Amino acid sequence: MYGNAYIDPNEKAAGILAGEDMQKLAEFEARIARGEKIEPKDWMPREYRKQLIRMIEQHAHSEIIGALPEGTWITRAPGFKRKLALMAKVQDEVGHGQLLYSAAETLGKSREAMINDLITGKSKYSNVFNYPAFTWADACVIAWLIDAGAIINQVANAKGSYGPYCRALDRICTEESFHLKYGHDNVVTLATGTPVQRKMVQEALSRWWPPIMHFFGPSDKISNHTEILMRWKVKMATNDDMRQQFLNMYVPKIWDLGLTVPDAKLSKNEETGKWEYTEPDWDEFKRVINGDGPCNAERLAVRRNAEERGRWVREALNTSESKYMVPFA
Amino acid sequence: MIKSLDPRVTRAEIELDNAIEPLKEMDQWETFEVFHQKRRGDQHMHVGIVHAPNAEMAILFAKEQYGRRGLSVNIWVVKTRDVFTTDYDDSDIFETVPEKQYREAGGYKVMDKINKYKKSVKA
Ligand SMILES: [Fe+2]
Ligand SMILES: [Fe+2]
Repeated sequence: MYGNAYIDPNEKAAGILAGEDMQKLAEFEARIARGEKIEPKDWMPREYRKQLIRMIEQHAHSEIIGALPEGTWITRAPGFKRKLALMAKVQDEVGHGQLLYSAAETLGKSREAMINDLITGKSKYSNVFNYPAFTWADACVIAWLIDAGAIINQVANAKGSYGPYCRALDRICTEESFHLKYGHDNVVTLATGTPVQRKMVQEALSRWWPPIMHFFGPSDKISNHTEILMRWKVKMATNDDMRQQFLNMYVPKIWDLGLTVPDAKLSKNEETGKWEYTEPDWDEFKRVINGDGPCNAERLAVRRNAEERGRWVREALNTSESKYMVPFA
Repeated sequence: MIKSLDPRVTRAEIELDNAIEPLKEMDQWETFEVFHQKRRGDQHMHVGIVHAPNAEMAILFAKEQYGRRGLSVNIWVVKTRDVFTTDYDDSDIFETVPEKQYREAGGYKVMDKINKYKKSVKA
């Protein structure tokens, strides 16, 4: 997901399984425990379906909205090669969105309904994309570190239990490795360049650090709810575990370049093997995810505009013989 | 009108407050299943779906979605609603297949017999 699915921590765990057929539930859980995948027409608990739709849909929206801050720099990427590469990356992200919408619609929510929920602000998407990419260096930091975070999340989720989501993620992860290399290459170029370039990339890193720390979401309190989702292999790792994994893999690489992470407390506790850091500002996270970030309004207005101005073309192409059927896989 | 960091957005002259009618059913068309062949001689493989208003557009979208990297020589598309499938609930119809060793090369082991025969002839 470009970030973990945002699950409201206040949602009650009680009653999740109320009214389920216990025999079928046992078979379903046994299948998952054996490492087998669940396919679209299989019996599944209501909560499994609901959480997967929410999660895959949010992931899809994140890919689509994520194309906006990065797309900001397509026309001004330095040099022809970087313009080509950024266009290719942004096209990949939109393609990821499409693959994920397809996986979600196998669970019974139509693509129209998902798009409607996005453009009215009902559905969430990854919070990081509500921040602006002020300079070219911001686009480089996004491509390296936000994609790095996304990969940690996506590799984990690719081992989940829902077949269509896993298949989409396998395809996505292959492409993400290009994004990561491309982003790293750009950051290294700036960091090993002129003093002006170094300053530019340092400032971008400092701007993006708080959103990056927000990326995996607040600590999950281990409730019954998260326990069930982990047993069903919907949620594959806790937010804190993924954040630790990210810090472990990327802070040393950032330091290698002589860049400064804007958190004086950031260090690895050699005894516990865990990273210690200043607790991110979760009030800001909540404020932004609920609509009040620097770019939320623009992002959704741009999406609505695209849907509205393209509508007549889609309608003109529609024929009366067309009939929708939920895809199989 | 949005004044954006993105010159493309500014040029598009978008109102911030631009509520629109919700997308109607079928706005995103129906789906086609996509089969992709990497090189001549390979099997076509099912790779996923595209939404499209007709087969020609489905091919176009399939090329963008599944053929933009690596090797490709051929793509097929077929409407999802034209595909017939078995049910996972009926997958027991395949259950005894792996037992049918008489259909497998590995079900035929002759060396023991040959060696025994050779030994007996020599003796
Ligand atoms: Fe992506
Ligand atoms: Fe990416």
